Amino acid sequence: MCKGVLPVKVFMKNVFKYRYLLEDLTIRDLKVKYRRSLLGILWSVLNPLLMMLVITAVFSSIFKIDVENFPIYYLTGSLIFNFFAEATSGALVSILGNSPLIKKVYIPKFIFPLEKTLFAFVNMLFSLLAVVIMFIVLRFVPSWTIVFSPIIFIYVFVFSLGVGFFLSAISIFFRDVIHLYSVFLTAFMYMTPIIYPESMIERMPAVVSSVIHYNPMYYYVQYFRNISMYGILPSVRDNLICIVSALLALLVGSLVLKKAQDKFILYI
Amino acid sequence: MENAIEISNVDMHFNMSKYKIDSIKEFLIKLFKHELMYEDFIALKDVSLEIPKGDVFGIIGLNGSGKSTLLKIVSGILKPTKGSIKVEGVIAPLIELGAGFDMELTARENIFLNGSVLGFSRQTMKDRFDEIVEFSEMKEFLDVPMKNYSSGMIARIAFSVATITRPDILIVDEILAVGDFRFQEKCELRINQLMSGGTTVVIVSHSIDQIERLCKHCMWLEHGKIKMIGEKQKVCDSYKNS
Repeated sequence: MCKGVLPVKVFMKNVFKYRYLLEDLTIRDLKVKYRRSLLGILWSVLNPLLMMLVITAVFSSIFKIDVENFPIYYLTGSLIFNFFAEATSGALVSILGNSPLIKKVYIPKFIFPLEKTLFAFVNMLFSLLAVVIMFIVLRFVPSWTIVFSPIIFIYVFVFSLGVGFFLSAISIFFRDVIHLYSVFLTAFMYMTPIIYPESMIERMPAVVSSVIHYNPMYYYVQYFRNISMYGILPSVRDNLICIVSALLALLVGSLVLKKAQDKFILYI
Repeated sequence: MENAIEISNVDMHFNMSKYKIDSIKEFLIKLFKHELMYEDFIALKDVSLEIPKGDVFGIIGLNGSGKSTLLKIVSGILKPTKGSIKVEGVIAPLIELGAGFDMELTARENIFLNGSVLGFSRQTMKDRFDEIVEFSEMKEFLDVPMKNYSSGMIARIAFSVATITRPDILIVDEILAVGDFRFQEKCELRINQLMSGGTTVVIVSHSIDQIERLCKHCMWLEHGKIKMIGEKQKVCDSYKNS
């Protein structure tokens, strides 16, 4: 409705105005997700731990993948990737799923993908506990550089938000995207070194390794492992790659969402 | 007097064939056959009106005459194809029952959720919570999931939340028809209170009695066009005689 004002300013004003709604929707999602389950929110901690047991068993005994501290290697990678996967697949159907609301009250549309990203973020914080638990169980002392992890969380958050904006808009017009996305996510996961060591990338066919090198998630996962496991401070170049890819995703996502949002109501 | 709502030359078109396209395949086929932009359905045609602040404005007309579409445009849910609309102040829309309710949650949780959907702050909701519950008369069912509510019970909660703060503009679409007659009376009383406090009310109803009782001015829509607009008695009389 406001024209001629900086869109970022309008965006921030709306975020502020609807902050209670964001909070309420996030809490609602948490409540509904774990309603009637005995352990409730504990599942957000347990799930990655159980997954880790399965993956560790399969990949270190059957596929004989040789990585030092494999459980932690896997957990740190999957923490970042699962956050992205959960945020974007939530955002994908967020506007469609809230169509009863959108048809009756005016709410800025970006609230819904933003809320799903926040919800996935809260979930990730719980899963972070799983990482801490494994640190203790395996007597692994993380390096001090782990204090920089909020930075990488912000990068992934912005990147996921951008992709989420894009998907939430595009899925309104083409429902096929919803069915394609889980396949895409699986491919995306294998294009990110989560269960195999980074050293394996060089031995892959040139096509595959170049795809991996253009995959932003590769850099995010690497960034988090470097600061949490190996005590390596990411270079300026690493940071730039992360920032530029995140901002690019956000820019494209917001433009698509902004351009499409007035037509949503006719399609949902 | 200042105007709360100004609608000028609003057209609303729906593209009927576009509706049915849900997949890329269909889209390409339609594009290829040049069927994309056809079957224009005109829901509103050249509607202009001004509603002054503090007015209670009724909209009548047969089913499909564009009443709800107009309300949705006023609330900002739909963007008009042509024309412009200016709205002064905060709108509390009561367009359909239970807008913004999550039926899995309890009434207590939903009251807060609905409050934030309407843009009220957490503190306002806490302060007014008891008042909302009291007005809705639903105290004993507060912690029951709303999927177990009847539609009348949902309407009570919805109306109570939407009118708890003094909105600048209240939009009521048919929902008063749901509650029992005692609650309807209570709602009308509340609307009258809001009016004297300066709230502008826009009502859509099929109950001519209700429109005659509550409104000052009235508009009669027919096939998306204004058939008649003006003082309520005149419009209601000719509507009834048509």
